Amino acid sequence: MQIELRVLRYDPERDQQPHEATYTVEANPMDRVLDLLHKVKYEQDGTLTFRRSCAHGVCGSDAMLINGRNRLACKIRVDQLKGKRITVAPLPGLPVMKDLVVDMEGFFAKFRSVHPYLQPSGPVPERERLQSAKDRAKFDDTTKCILCAACTTSCPSFWAQPFYVGPAAIVNAHRFIFDSRDDAAEERLEILADRDGVWRCRTVFNCVEACPREIHITQAILEVSRAIVERHA
Amino acid sequence: MAPRVTRTGTVRPQGGGWELAIWYLMRLTGLGLFVTALAHFIIVHFIYDPSLQTAKWITDERWGNIAWRTVDWLMLTFVVFHAFMGLRSVVQDYTKGGTRTVLTMALYLGAFVVFAMGTIAVATLNFPVKP
Repeated sequence: MQIELRVLRYDPERDQQPHEATYTVEANPMDRVLDLLHKVKYEQDGTLTFRRSCAHGVCGSDAMLINGRNRLACKIRVDQLKGKRITVAPLPGLPVMKDLVVDMEGFFAKFRSVHPYLQPSGPVPERERLQSAKDRAKFDDTTKCILCAACTTSCPSFWAQPFYVGPAAIVNAHRFIFDSRDDAAEERLEILADRDGVWRCRTVFNCVEACPREIHITQAILEVSRAIVERHA
Repeated sequence: MAPRVTRTGTVRPQGGGWELAIWYLMRLTGLGLFVTALAHFIIVHFIYDPSLQTAKWITDERWGNIAWRTVDWLMLTFVVFHAFMGLRSVVQDYTKGGTRTVLTMALYLGAFVVFAMGTIAVATLNFPVKP
C-alpha cells in the first residue's frame, strides 16, 4: 500500500518557518512509522533528520507528534493509524532544532531538578538493600518511564507555562519518593510543592493518553500531591 | 531547591506554600459543591414548585429558617472560592509578570466583594427572622 507521509520540516540554516513536506512511501501495514521515516531518509531525502536509537520502544528517542498525538514512531504501526495519510511533526512545546529533533535540555534539567536517584541514609549495607514486594508495588508503575517526553509535551499546562516541571519529572520523583529504601522523600516533596511543581497539574489526562509505557501518570501526580498535603497536615 | 526550569533549561527562583492551600481548598470546595449545589438543584426544581418561589416566599418562608440560611451561605462560600480560584488557575497558566499580578489581585478583590455582599444579604435580610 502507498502511504502519503507528511512531515513538518525545519532547517534553521535555511527556513524562516517550519513547512510541511509530503513523501509517498510504499509500506506494509505492519511497518512502523519509524520504518517509513527510514525509507524516506534512505531512499528519498537524506536530509530528513530525526532521533532514534533502539527502535524497539525502550530508549524513548523517537517520540514525535504522529497524526496529532504524541507517540513513539517505533511503537505505532501503519495499520493502527487507519488511513493512507500520516502526519508527523516534532514534539509540541519544545524548541525545534531541526526537522523532528527538539531541544531536550530543558526537559532533562527538570528531570534532574527532582533528584531522580536513590538517596539512602545511614551506612552502606554489606549486602543489597532489601524491600518487600508490597513496598515495591507502591512505585512499580513509575519505574517504567523511559523519558521520551511524550507526556510532558502533551500537557496543556506545560504549553501554557514552560516553567511547569511537567509530568515526566513528577513521575520520576514519585519513583523515589515512594521507595522504602530512599530517605530523601521530604526533599523531593519540598521541591515539588512549588508553584510550578505538582499544583500546575490540571488533571487533563493528556499525559496518560500520550505515555507509550501506559503509566498512570495523573494518578502518580496526585499521589505526590497527597503526600505533600499529608506532610503539612 | 525548586524546579523553576524553562523549556530551554534556564533556572528561576521560586514561590511559597500558598499554592498547597489553594489546591487543597479547591478540592474541598469541589466536594462541598457536589453536595450543596446538587441538593440546591433538586430542592428548588423538584421538591418545591418553582412557580411558587417568589422573592417574598424566599425571604419570608425559606430564609425564615436559620438552617436554610446556613446551607445557602455554605454554598455561597464554596461557589465563590471555587469559581474565583478556578479563574486564578487560568490566569496563572496563561499570563505572566505584571498582568498576572494585576489580574490575580483583581480576582482576590472580586472574590472578597462577592463573598461579602452575599454574606451581608444572607445575614441581614429580614433578620432576625420574624416569628
